[in-house]
Amino acid sequence: MSKVPSDLKYTRTHEWLRTLPDGSVQIGITDHAQQALGDLVFVEVPETGRKVSTGEPFAVVESVKAASDVYSPIRGEVLEGNPELASTPEAVNSDPYGRGWLARVKLADAMPALLTAAEYEKLAAEEGD
Amino acid sequence: MARRTPLFSLHQTLGARIVDFGGWDMPLQYGSQIAEHHAVRRGAGVFDVSHMCVVDLKGAQARPFLQRLFANDVGKLEAQGKALYGCMLNEEGGVVDDLIVYFLTEEWYRAVVNAGTRDKDLAWMRRHAESFGVEIIERSDLAMLAVQGPEAPRKVAALLSVAGAERALALGNFFGREIDGWFLSRTGYTGEDGFEIMLPGAQAAPVWRSLNAAGVVSCGLGARDTLRLEAGMNLYGSDMDERTNPLESGLSWTVAMSPGRAFIGRQALEAATAAGLQRKLVGLVLQDRGVLRAHQRVLTPGGAGEITSGTFSPTLERSIALARVPATAGGTVQVEIRGKTHDARIVKPPFVRHGKPLID
Repeated sequence: MSKVPSDLKYTRTHEWLRTLPDGSVQIGITDHAQQALGDLVFVEVPETGRKVSTGEPFAVVESVKAASDVYSPIRGEVLEGNPELASTPEAVNSDPYGRGWLARVKLADAMPALLTAAEYEKLAAEEGD
Repeated sequence: MARRTPLFSLHQTLGARIVDFGGWDMPLQYGSQIAEHHAVRRGAGVFDVSHMCVVDLKGAQARPFLQRLFANDVGKLEAQGKALYGCMLNEEGGVVDDLIVYFLTEEWYRAVVNAGTRDKDLAWMRRHAESFGVEIIERSDLAMLAVQGPEAPRKVAALLSVAGAERALALGNFFGREIDGWFLSRTGYTGEDGFEIMLPGAQAAPVWRSLNAAGVVSCGLGARDTLRLEAGMNLYGSDMDERTNPLESGLSWTVAMSPGRAFIGRQALEAATAAGLQRKLVGLVLQDRGVLRAHQRVLTPGGAGEITSGTFSPTLERSIALARVPATAGGTVQVEIRGKTHDARIVKPPFVRHGKPLID
């Protein structure tokens, strides 16, 4: 069973979101997603200042076997991509909800409807978690 | 319904992620693919390669038949048990498949061909075997394990009788023989020492478990692919196929053009050589961060080429690839990755051999 922290929000495409004290939104991929991808060897994070819309591919995670897009769950402006992942892509495997975060985004409008931890857990289980 | 090897249920028990490979349900990885890769470079790993097709070729005319079918020269097989790698070509010089051929007796050769091309290969062999009176016998009763890595020979020897172990360890590179009821060969697809073992299907799972108990790590097709690419070995269907000839696939060394040999495809290869080969298969090392993948475009002053196999090399900790490029290409080229170009250096494979990096 993969970990699904109860204080985060989730998407059907396996991203998680955390609202930080300054109102910005930290985004990453779930434990279930990193397990399905396998050992990550390269992560491309979005550049600061980039405007992203909901559902737009804004990061790429590459395992030994394949490259996968990560979709922005919200519309807004990228405040920063995680600079540590250039040298430690494996942090997404070992600590997907912590050191493995991908980007921090300033929300352009209200937070969209997202999955709760319980709802995401159910989705992951259906996908053979 | 995908085909399954005699080890399928063991793979499931061991927690493997199963994927379809050439119509077979095969293990991709058991845990970390990179850890499996390193186990083979540093210790020993075991792979299920029972999906590959073992074919016995029997008859008094077996050698003349292979001189016609096989682009390499079975005349090189002087010592009993010696193996030879090469291709079967079609009349246009395209690669029908790559295979290993063992010389067992004057009337008995053994070939090992790819899983995904099994039916096509058998039909091709039978079609050409008829006039030589050679019998083509598919050995689907046999399972096949590849035990690879610097510690592999010792781990395999420990499974054998005292006399058997001695014979196994005395086997030279690219030799095979029957030992203790198994067929053992000093061959592999990883660039490391080791054995491939052909044995009755029912024995495969207990042997696998004994190897695990001795510290040999279960390895899936994922690690097999990164290991073979580091070793600079081609994968049929990716790096060459019926539309490419061996001379454009880095396989000239397997084509024996000695006078008088009338193998299928020879005339086409001679015509292609006379006209001047337009393409070649080379190794690439990515100079930036990122990962080279199959089908990415390669830009060179003489025109565009294409990556045929690409991956992240766990040993070199950078991305490597095989690519088919214009024959004039050399030095540094550009690869398109998601709309941006990145520098890659052309190198001569292998990238890694016996655990040691061979490129800067």
